[in-house]
Amino acid sequence: MPIPVNLPTVLRTHAGGAKTVSAEGSTIGEVLLALVEQYPGLSGQVIDEGGNLHKFVNVYLNDDDVRYMSALDTPVKDSDEISILPAVAGGAVGDRALRPR
Amino acid sequence: MLLLPRAVHDQMVAHCLAGLPDEACGLLGGNLETGAVVTCYPTRNLAASAKLYTVDPKEHLQADRNAEAAGNSIIGVFHSHTHTDAYPSPTDVAQAPDPDWHYVLVSLRDVQPVVRSYRIVDGAIAEEPVSLEPG
Repeated sequence: MPIPVNLPTVLRTHAGGAKTVSAEGSTIGEVLLALVEQYPGLSGQVIDEGGNLHKFVNVYLNDDDVRYMSALDTPVKDSDEISILPAVAGGAVGDRALRPR
Repeated sequence: MLLLPRAVHDQMVAHCLAGLPDEACGLLGGNLETGAVVTCYPTRNLAASAKLYTVDPKEHLQADRNAEAAGNSIIGVFHSHTHTDAYPSPTDVAQAPDPDWHYVLVSLRDVQPVVRSYRIVDGAIAEEPVSLEPG
């Protein structure tokens, strides 16, 4: 069963403008990889080069942040819903790594 | 242009003052196309720092759902600078998540808080007018 994935506005352009897309998988990581296969424009936006969840996004399984679960290994089931939102952060000093472009 | 209801302006500034000595932050719900803000969503600053902010991801999800349910979107973020100008820092620019968003800065450096709004697209900062609206 495909799992619905809600995309933030900034990523919708990479998915033909769709607000919700869907992909198959039994873990968060599998679903996200299947999603990137379907929409190659999402490549590098959700999963980083090291194969981990990208630090500039938050991914939720239903109401919960998957970083507090098993991240990409978190299992998903048919009735679940995944949401992706940008990680919103900043501050007065520039002591964090610059976002790659 | 950011169309900012006075009540939202006041709520935003009050949240920033209440967050001192740390930076405070929150999200703005409204109409992405017109730049009209409808709702202020004050959030926790998970970084709990005077120099950094991180919007609580769980509160972000709740705010996003609330805005969508009202037919709106999250159209921007606000945060305070406790000792510097209301101007985006290199960190703010580097981490700006969405070119369509409005980036509102509340400076608490002076006695009177200063509120300014910016667009940040591909690392380029452009200030935009803030129109205080009734309500």
